[in-house]
Amino acid sequence: MPETNYDHDMAFFVDMQRCIGCHACEMACAECETNGQESMIHVNYVNRAVSTQTTVQVCMHCEDPTCANVCPADAIHQDDFGVVHTADTARCIGCSNCVLAYPFGVPKKAEKAELMMKCNMCYDRTSAGKKPMCATVCPSQALYYGTRREIEEMRPDSVPVNSFLFGEQEVNTKVFIMMPGGTHRLVVE
Amino acid sequence: MAKLPVSVDKIIEKYGPHKAYAPQVGFHGAHEPDKLVKTHCCYCGMQCGIQLKVKDNKIAGFEPWMEFPFNEGRLCPKGVQRYVQNNHPDRLLSSLQRVEGVGFEPISWEHAMSRTVNEIQRIQKEYGHDAFAMLSGVSLTNEKSYMIGKFARVALKTANLDYNGRLCMVSAGGGNKKAFGLDRTSNSWADLKYAEVIIVAGANISETFPTLTHYIWQARDKGAKLIVVDPRMTPIARTADLHLPIIPGGDSALFGAMLKILVDNDWLDHDFIQNHTAGFEETIEAVKDYDLDWAQEKTGIDKSLIYEAARLWGQAKTSFLLHARGIEHHTKGVDNVLSCINLVLATGRIGKPYCGYGTITGQGNGQGGREHGHKCDQLPGNRDITNPEHRRYIAGVWEIDEKDMPGKGLTAYEQIDAIHRGEIKGMISICFNPLVSLPNNNYVREALEKLEFYICIDTFLCETARYADIVMAGSLHEEEEGTVTTAEGRVVKINQAVTPPGDARKDGEILMEIAARLGEGDKFSFPSSEDIFNELRVASKGGTADYYGITYKKVEENMGIFWPCPSLDHPGTPRLWEDRKFKTPDGKAHFNPVRYRPASEITDEEFPVVLTTGRVVSQYLSGTSTRRIGKLIDQYPEPLLEIHPKLAARYGIEDRDLIRVKTRRGEAEFPAQVVETIREDTVFIPYHWGGKHSANQLTIGNLDPVSKIPEFKVCACQLYPTGRKGSETLRETAYQSGY
Repeated sequence: MPETNYDHDMAFFVDMQRCIGCHACEMACAECETNGQESMIHVNYVNRAVSTQTTVQVCMHCEDPTCANVCPADAIHQDDFGVVHTADTARCIGCSNCVLAYPFGVPKKAEKAELMMKCNMCYDRTSAGKKPMCATVCPSQALYYGTRREIEEMRPDSVPVNSFLFGEQEVNTKVFIMMPGGTHRLVVE
Repeated sequence: MAKLPVSVDKIIEKYGPHKAYAPQVGFHGAHEPDKLVKTHCCYCGMQCGIQLKVKDNKIAGFEPWMEFPFNEGRLCPKGVQRYVQNNHPDRLLSSLQRVEGVGFEPISWEHAMSRTVNEIQRIQKEYGHDAFAMLSGVSLTNEKSYMIGKFARVALKTANLDYNGRLCMVSAGGGNKKAFGLDRTSNSWADLKYAEVIIVAGANISETFPTLTHYIWQARDKGAKLIVVDPRMTPIARTADLHLPIIPGGDSALFGAMLKILVDNDWLDHDFIQNHTAGFEETIEAVKDYDLDWAQEKTGIDKSLIYEAARLWGQAKTSFLLHARGIEHHTKGVDNVLSCINLVLATGRIGKPYCGYGTITGQGNGQGGREHGHKCDQLPGNRDITNPEHRRYIAGVWEIDEKDMPGKGLTAYEQIDAIHRGEIKGMISICFNPLVSLPNNNYVREALEKLEFYICIDTFLCETARYADIVMAGSLHEEEEGTVTTAEGRVVKINQAVTPPGDARKDGEILMEIAARLGEGDKFSFPSSEDIFNELRVASKGGTADYYGITYKKVEENMGIFWPCPSLDHPGTPRLWEDRKFKTPDGKAHFNPVRYRPASEITDEEFPVVLTTGRVVSQYLSGTSTRRIGKLIDQYPEPLLEIHPKLAARYGIEDRDLIRVKTRRGEAEFPAQVVETIREDTVFIPYHWGGKHSANQLTIGNLDPVSKIPEFKVCACQLYPTGRKGSETLRETAYQSGY
């Protein structure tokens, strides 16, 4: 990993309630030089027949990333900031283990290239002290990049949660989900 | 002049719309631009700051502009993709003329200009000056808007100049002038942040002004209550504390009933009413019978919700009321606006911190473009063309004899009627696509076909331009310097990033050359956009929209200046009315009595369903630009008919079934989107598409008596399931506006 200049106080927060389904994050993500006009973040309706509620699917940057653990080619690396990077193209064998194993369903295989692609939290921007593209443009700030203290002060009605329980598997992530006050862990049945 | 010169398919094949995408590796230089140009998005009234990447005189991409105070880098999908309009394969690179049986052929500027001027002179000689009309638009800068006002009156010498703001914010303008004597949102958006109660009436903020959403959430984080009035559960309505799902056309009944509740509970600011307003007694007299049962019947909203909305509003200490086209696109648009203003005045919450009111102007320069003489009844500084004193002042600035200045002309839709009557024979248009954006557009098309000569200045061959005799290749937003005034009244700087490609020219230069060829060149000698702005400053001086103290330097140094700004040492006015000196003749804010009346076309046995129209987040207005940008098209490729499952069940309609929608004006087919997020008696279709997918084939051309805005938001329709499903082919080609 090259030298970085991350601000280690910064974190990424997602508040689904604020998502307006506009897709600005997807469009902005795709602009990244390394993404080749493909977005690494995805916006979907939960159930358009009954609501306009949308969700944002973004890499959660797990503290102990399952996708990296199951990679037979040791192609997926985590840097000192906790960002889980897209598979090293020199190593990735396109086996899809990461896609199948990952609890949040984020890594995607770029079928044309036969390579895994995922969010690296705008490594080029965040390592230079900027915000990631998606959180920069997000017009409702459903996606927020800043310090935990800032968001707790600004949004006192919700709490950032980064602990998830998938059955028996506990996953802690670098990305926080904003939950109603009093929540400490999200249990995914 | 006539029907299309060749089949629409042949025109589309050559001039689009075609979808354009950035290349997979980005445009040349996207990652190593020559420069970043700070400017603004070319679309809505938020006018978000953005930096355009420029490489070799082409726009290669964008970079967020974090320092611009309104949006701090935030953008909607249209803003992110706006750069793709530059270098678009459909971009007009030269002027064109219509050739029967062939289509369009490129022509030289000399030919385009001489033919245009000959035709203008021929028509005006034969039928009179007013027989040659002009339609313009407020995606244009203040400089162009001002110059067009002068161009029409001084060079064309026609009374018949109007603009597409007539479909946008004129009801708000009419209401604001009556109540305050001035037409501007009363506060900067910063006052939203600490408002205790926010009412959003008929404004699909999250889709049409996405970057304003953050301001509303900032207030909510501090405990603000959000009340949204909308027939649909829009994304902003989804999380509101109160969503009032109103029947289209019920607005003045709702606000009238709320006013009565304020009075009945004495939730009033008596001091403000007594000292700073007029008309209160007549106004409350008008609503004295509007009890909750009546209101529930007229609005279709549960009366407990109406009461709760009034209670929240009545008991708040700070508040902000916002409205947009949802309450303004009505034959009682001005009444609806006035009934909102009455709620604001009754509680005295204006002209104080975090106490705000205003319309959210739709178009990029919807605010500035409606101030400086772009309208058929207006002169610069928001002066009145029928006022002798105003006429004298502007005639002096323009160095013409006041007697030579035309009087009040026809509004946009009235011009269409006048073409049908044979009174208007020729037209020049810029930045307006009436074939998509005006109601009952088969009637509009028939009017275009009757014109003896039609010139369209545009950057793409929009749907209306297909009917032109001459198309002049003008300039995109990023190709000409100027200023615009955002929806909050902030004058900001549009910086030129690139020069027009090929043989295309700046709009300003085109107008100046036509003026010169019409013999008025000495009055249109502006070496730069700043020179136009400096004349605008003088022309606006002393008017209600006073820009005299605003200079390019000041705008750039301060990232915008809020008008009024009457002198060079004046800092601008983000919040109006702090001095309580309203601009009405008596200096008071005026209550206006509003009695509810129904929409111009109500449902009956024959046409039993309410049709309303609006927009989607990925498209902008008539789509001349955004219906050419691949990713924006793909996000929402074709207009869908939103229908509630209960109404759908009555017709046996299922999701994606193709439904023929008929009104007294026309019919068209749309795939159904069966959703619980709309009233059971109302269907919705977005209007951004042309040709057979155009919702405006169905809408009604009835106008508000004051503002002359058409009633886009209510008409009556029939639904006929075709027995077919929506097709992939239609979905994939809808953006082209074929027939």
